[in-house]
Order: sequence, then structure tokens, then C-alpha cells
Amino acid sequence: MQKVLEVRDVTIGYKTGDFRDIGLKEWVVRRLKGNYQVNVFNAVHGVSFELSKGEMLGIIGGNGAGKSTLLKAVSGIMVPTSGEIVRTGSVAALLELASGFDPDLTVRENAYLRGAMLGYTRAFMDAKYQEILQFAELEEFEERPFKQLSTGMQSRLAFSIASQVDPDILILDEVLSVGDGAFQEKSGRKMREIIGGGAATILVSHSLDQVRQLCTKILWLNKGEQMEYGTNVEEICSLYERFQKRG
Amino acid sequence: MTLFHELRKHKFLFDELVKRDFVRKYKRTVLGMGWSICAPMLNLLVLWIVFGYLLKVNIPHFVIFLFSGQLVYSYFSEASSMGMMALLNNAPIFTKVNVPKYLFLLSQNVSSLINFGLTLFLYLVFILLDGLPITWKFICLLYPIACLLMFNVGIGLVLSALLVFFRDMQYLWGIASQIIMWGSAIFYSVDSFGPTVQKVFMLNPVFVFIEYFRNIVIQGNVPGIEIHLLLLLYSTTALAFGAWVYKRYNTEFLYYV
Repeated sequence: MQKVLEVRDVTIGYKTGDFRDIGLKEWVVRRLKGNYQVNVFNAVHGVSFELSKGEMLGIIGGNGAGKSTLLKAVSGIMVPTSGEIVRTGSVAALLELASGFDPDLTVRENAYLRGAMLGYTRAFMDAKYQEILQFAELEEFEERPFKQLSTGMQSRLAFSIASQVDPDILILDEVLSVGDGAFQEKSGRKMREIIGGGAATILVSHSLDQVRQLCTKILWLNKGEQMEYGTNVEEICSLYERFQKRG
Repeated sequence: MTLFHELRKHKFLFDELVKRDFVRKYKRTVLGMGWSICAPMLNLLVLWIVFGYLLKVNIPHFVIFLFSGQLVYSYFSEASSMGMMALLNNAPIFTKVNVPKYLFLLSQNVSSLINFGLTLFLYLVFILLDGLPITWKFICLLYPIACLLMFNVGIGLVLSALLVFFRDMQYLWGIASQIIMWGSAIFYSVDSFGPTVQKVFMLNPVFVFIEYFRNIVIQGNVPGIEIHLLLLLYSTTALAFGAWVYKRYNTEFLYYV
């Protein structure tokens, strides 16, 4: 099978410390006093995995395990401190979908802006716009400013636009649960359709049932460390469950 | 060139960002756009009342003299103060999608450029009303305009990056731009100062831009080659430094927003 992603011994440091919001004046003072400190905290430490076409990797782990950080590095938003990430093909990352819309723009304008951010072309958006609107069930709200929409409606639109992607590597961060019951079913179906389309998929999920059902590979992270990785999905899921119970 | 290639690739995103910044700025009001023309006009009126009418400053073509300063300075101050917000305001986007971050600054600059264009048009109307001749030399104005655009983009890049790291930059820049304003000889002439002092004024890029406009429009002569080189130096330095900052800290911004 064709390999599309290779992550080799990746460590990603996050800068922490009280350097945020201190301002230039305070920074100068602290520099002079010599008590300016930036700590580097390794959110991901020595993680390796690979992914081929048609595979689906589930990433599991508790809060603060480094899942989102790892995904940001895979999608190119963050750069690893050490190690290597080799991508062959396009990456689409659907992270925290509902944020990043502009409250003053209309549904239509936001849809186009989001499409542009995801790397679609104008022609593509022109062709797909009606379909997106219908899927999100927002036809009547087309010209409304975004701030007048409910949160559910906003994430429905986000999902509809994002689900038009056709990447080589698809990254999903807890997006399968969008909207109310009826929409969840619809979006789940759409999701499986995309996954079935042959893309290599990375799924971050807190639902082990979902992982068991969909994934062909699994990576378990705990506090940035790689606990388990392999194709024995069932076994690792059970290990993880036991680990969770122990607390 | 890779930059042009990248710009073409992201043209759709750029267009949509420009549209969004426009809506944000004017909130879809006709008055919003009118106001951005009214504001410099009112400013001009106040300056004229204080310096031309009350203090009776004796400078020929004083309205045009003032307007030249106002035109350049208001473009610079708007582009830099609005451009400063470009990264911070778009943090929700660039922390989730991998897009070239300079697009935010460039799209912000488009609004300022449009404003400048509108004011420039009024400036030309005022020149006609004043009775100053419009000659072929006006073509030369394209040179300082191009340099000013580069300069403003460069300053915007630097400031927007700085603001991410230091949130008090907004206030510090407020003070700095006041100092630049007073040092740009908008409502007074530097002719009465000694040659050394006049040289010190040349260290202020905004002043050099303003003088270029006044030379062409009021005196009717094209500034010497050294002025052209100086403007080129200022604008390319600003732009190169801004580009370097973005390249150097491209992956660092994330930690600070």
C-alpha cells in the first residue's frame, strides 16, 4: 500500500511560562532583572507512526495527552522540535470546527471564506454552495449575519463545508458528533462516505466504540508519551479501558 | 517566483479576506465609507483653522501644503495601526488552518489603500481649486506612492508581529505615531531651521514622503536622485525586515495568542 504519512520520533515542545500578555515594558524590566523565563514543555514526546492509503488511525488518550498538538504538527500548523514528519499528498484538518467564523458576515460570505481557508477554489465553491447549504439545512438563513444563528446551526454549516474535502490525508478531531440526533446520523453517514473514498484518515475520539468500529490502526498517547501503537485495535482498546479504570 | 506562485494559489482566500475586512470596517453602511473621507477632511479643516486662520502661518498654498502632509500621514497612520491588528485578530484562523499569515496583513492593507486612493482624489480636486498647475511631473508621484505602499506593508508586518509578543505595543505605537506626526512637519515648514536640523528631519521617512509630494505639487520640481534613493532605502528596509520577522517567527506566533 502507498504510504502517505510518516511520523518519526516526533517531539513537540510547547512554550509555557508567564511570558504571555506581559508587554514590552514588563519584558524589558524582567530581562534586566534576569528573571525572564520561558519553559518548554513537551506536549508530545518521541511519537512514531505511519499511515497508508485507505487506512484509518484512531488516536486515543485522556485530556492533555498531546493529541491535538500532534494533529497540529501533522497538518503543518506547528513544527516539531525534533523528529520528522513526511507527508506525501494534501492534508485537510478539521479541527474545532465551529470557531473562526466571523459574526458580522452572512452565512453565504462565511461559507465562502471558510471554503477559501480550506483551500477550495472559487469555482468549486460556486458549484457546491447549494449542496452545502442544503446539507446544513440553512437555506432560509442564507443572508443572515452569522451571529444570529444558533451554535448548532453554526457547527452544521462548518461540517457541511468541511465535508466537501477530498484530501489524501484527512484529520478529524471529534467532529463526528455535530448537531442534534437527526443531523448526527446524517453527518456520520457523510463521514463514512469520505473515509470510504480512499483517504488515509486520522481520527481523534473519546468514544472507544467509534474507534473499534472504524479504525484499522490505533495509537494511544498518555501525557505526550506513546503507550501503544499497532493494528491490534481491540487489544489496545481493552488495555486503555483497564488503564482508565485504574485511574 | 515562489511568492507570486503562492499568491496566485491563495487568491481566492485573499479576495474573501479583503471582502471580510471591508464588511468589518464599514459594517455595510454607506456612511461608513463616507466617514473615512470626512475624517481627513475635518482634520484638515481643524488644522487650517488653527494654523492658517488663527495663527496666520505664512506659507504659500497653505491648504495644499497641509493636505500633502495629511494625505501621507493619515495613510501611514491608518495602515500601521490597522495592520497592527492583522495577526491577533486572525488568530482563530491561523491556529487551525495552515495558511500564509502575511495574507491577513496584505488584505488589511487593501482597505487602507482604498481610503488613500479616495483621499488622493480629493487632494487632486483641491489642487485644481487652488489653481496650481497639474503637469506631467505629477506622474512622478507614482514613485513615492509605490514606496509608501511598500513601507506601510513593511511597518505593518513588523508591528503585527510585535503585537503578538507584546500586547502593550498598541499604546506604545500610539505614542510613537504621535511623535512621528509632530516630526513630519505637517503644519509647519522646516525652511527656517538650520541645515543640520533639516538633515535630522530626513531621518523620518514620513517627512521625506510628504516633502516629495510638496516638491512636485507646490514647487513644481522633481526631487533629486538622492531623495529617490532614500525613499527606496526606507521602503525596502521596512519590507525586508517585516518579511524576515514573519519568516523567523512563523511558527512561534502560535504560542503567544
